[in-house]
Amino acid sequence: MAGATRDKLGRPIVAVTGIGVVTSLGVGKSDNWAKLTGGVSGIRCISRFPTDGLKTTIAGAVDEVYRDAMSPAELSERIALIAGEEAIAEAGIGAKGRFPGPLFLAPPPLEIEWADRIRMAEMAAANAGTGYPELMRVAREFAAIHGTFKFGIVGEHLAEHFGTEGSPISLNTACASGASAIQLGIEAIRRGDCEAALAIGADASLTPESLVRFSLLSALSTQNDPPERASKPFSKNRDGFVLAEGAAALVLENLDHARARGAHVLGILEGYGEKSDSFHRTRSSPDGKPIIASMRNALADAGVAPEDVDYINAHGTSTPENDKMEHLGVSAVFGERIRGIPISSNKSMIGHTLTAAGAVEAAFTLLTLQHQRIPPTINHAVPDPAIPLDVVPNVARDATVRRAMSNSFGFGGQNVCLVMAREPT
Amino acid sequence: MTERREVWITGVGLVTCLGDGLDAAWRHLERGDPPPYDDKSFAPYIVHPLAPIEFDKQIPKKSDQRQMELWQRVGVYAAGLALGDAGIAGKPDLLDRTDMIVAAEGGERDVAADTAILSGVRTAAKPGAFLNERLMSDLRPTLFLAQLPNLLAGNISIVHGVVGSSRTFLGEEAAGVDAVRVARARIAAGQSELTLVGGALHATRWDALLVFEESGALLQGSFAPVWDRGPQGGIALGTMGAFLMLESREHAQARGARARGRILSVCSDRNRRQAGDIEATLRRQWEAIAPQIDRAHAAVISGAAGLEPATSAERVALNDIGLPVRAPGTYIGHGLEAQFMSNLGIACAVLEHGKLSAPTGAGDVGTSPSDLSQVVVTSVGNWRGEGLALVERVG
Repeated sequence: MAGATRDKLGRPIVAVTGIGVVTSLGVGKSDNWAKLTGGVSGIRCISRFPTDGLKTTIAGAVDEVYRDAMSPAELSERIALIAGEEAIAEAGIGAKGRFPGPLFLAPPPLEIEWADRIRMAEMAAANAGTGYPELMRVAREFAAIHGTFKFGIVGEHLAEHFGTEGSPISLNTACASGASAIQLGIEAIRRGDCEAALAIGADASLTPESLVRFSLLSALSTQNDPPERASKPFSKNRDGFVLAEGAAALVLENLDHARARGAHVLGILEGYGEKSDSFHRTRSSPDGKPIIASMRNALADAGVAPEDVDYINAHGTSTPENDKMEHLGVSAVFGERIRGIPISSNKSMIGHTLTAAGAVEAAFTLLTLQHQRIPPTINHAVPDPAIPLDVVPNVARDATVRRAMSNSFGFGGQNVCLVMAREPT
Repeated sequence: MTERREVWITGVGLVTCLGDGLDAAWRHLERGDPPPYDDKSFAPYIVHPLAPIEFDKQIPKKSDQRQMELWQRVGVYAAGLALGDAGIAGKPDLLDRTDMIVAAEGGERDVAADTAILSGVRTAAKPGAFLNERLMSDLRPTLFLAQLPNLLAGNISIVHGVVGSSRTFLGEEAAGVDAVRVARARIAAGQSELTLVGGALHATRWDALLVFEESGALLQGSFAPVWDRGPQGGIALGTMGAFLMLESREHAQARGARARGRILSVCSDRNRRQAGDIEATLRRQWEAIAPQIDRAHAAVISGAAGLEPATSAERVALNDIGLPVRAPGTYIGHGLEAQFMSNLGIACAVLEHGKLSAPTGAGDVGTSPSDLSQVVVTSVGNWRGEGLALVERVG
């Protein structure tokens, strides 16, 4: 393409032309943005199933969308679809049911759920010793009524609905998955494989077992009362994250392609960085090197220096470990200047949306750039003296934000950082 | 497309029911020994259990082995073989730059704990409370980490030190094809120099079988080669781990690495699986690679799994293509996400030996060309996942 616009490293520039969001705060980005900048929490007592015997009884559930007996796969698909439709409508790209590019989806890790296992056991009508061989006997009969389970089903349905091109890619990098989906889209556009891509992170896996799994790793806050105060990233009394549901969709597009069709550019995805950690399955390397490397890789990929970053959208889970390590990481990358860079955690209000988090928080970072207003870190009543950061405590702030970084870190040593900016003039 | 660079396979790691390593698998296929399978443990279902493996050889710390379930140990082991084969194992400067794409599903469950809960939950006074209580007491914290799909990649980082980047693709056979396609595209476009790509499946477990029994996809009764299972045919899952080291030609040559093959093309696509869709997709993919085919020296390694109508549809497409065909699935079983990588690994053995193994079953057609130098590897998934790769001998 002669005369095509390129970034500093000679690659196509990746613009965002559509954003869609669903969280516990509500459906749609305007509702979400109003509440997020209003310091509203979406964390509530769990009403979807009994919480007797559980240490954690709160979550950030998408109650506005949930209907009786929806499985995590169905609900994840539903919120992905709502977010995707909002993003595509805003981008005004393609035609109905014909999105001109591939789908990169970060769904939750799906499996057959307890509700289904119990239904199968009832169907098998075996009283004692109900085991897998008994479930096998009724599996086909069960599937005829309830449908079959497939790992790639959410991606398949979304690809069919949106009419995306090629084989839909579902991916998982634990709590960095949403950012990885965006990253795969950036790479595909830079390679010239496509002019546009649809990146979606969606996670609606609030079930007893998912709660118990994180509980057994002591990862969740147990300060259930009041629910809206539980998630307190960077506070001294933080005690774990709050499990949450959510989805975000971004329409990524080659900047030239977006401009040629007169699309409104919401922001630029300038760069990404990733670095795996080989230290431990759930904990970061104590020296923070992989986190630091992922941030530095993102800056290098964007072709910018630490001085060029005006705001950091933190991973900020509210676990003792994450927030300490993130502070260590940003301090190393940004040096003394970090004391003057606002860094806030959306999770203080929406909780940890797990595989969706990277996408949801990238969407909110783009809205921050667009509105020049930084959402706060709420519940910041007891600052941690070991984390002397400007966390934009409790109240949103107007600021000049030309460029922002969004961090995502996950179990299994996954670290992904994205660098975003306003449209170049 | 920015297709600047050649992509080589510089390492293969394969563990299957045929044994430890690619050579063990090739020797078995070459001899035409009977396929090892188990029709008793999960009767009436047939599975291909893993051959005996000394995991200590690739996973020296018992504490690491204890943190993994079998699918992860198999995958980490195979990844170690691939890194060793490529001459990258134990070289921190290279491992630091090695990217990784794993295709997996995780989800491995504690069948005993599930069974105990199922037995009690339906008669419990408060089923919801019963479930919570038993989950809190019966689930092992480490099992969660063995269930997370990305923890195969995570364990490879920990055990082997692969820390460039790590991504895990989900979704059965299509995930395997797309993992190779994206890994190759990144290297060809200069977005990566070295990428470890692979997958693993632990097939001999009820929770894995349950997923596929729902759609009636499993082989039952008596064993037959994938081509000969008839209209009631099905897949015999096979435990396997398969990893490939992909590398840019420039990078491989600069460090004096051997090429097991070059990947000229990888295609993947989705269709709705209406009548004729599989054939049409494979035909389109074949047409895309056909200009590069040297027919006199080419053959097909098929991903056929014995499930209908997928296997018959693939047979129709392969008849049109007209090259000699072998389907290793008869021997190693079906490995879902890992199947495509396993067959790419076997394709490397075919290129190394310059010939196909003996045919088994009606769809293994044609005699081996002399001096075989190109292999087309196919994938037709159990419900989605049509794909094709073309691999060629280097030099």
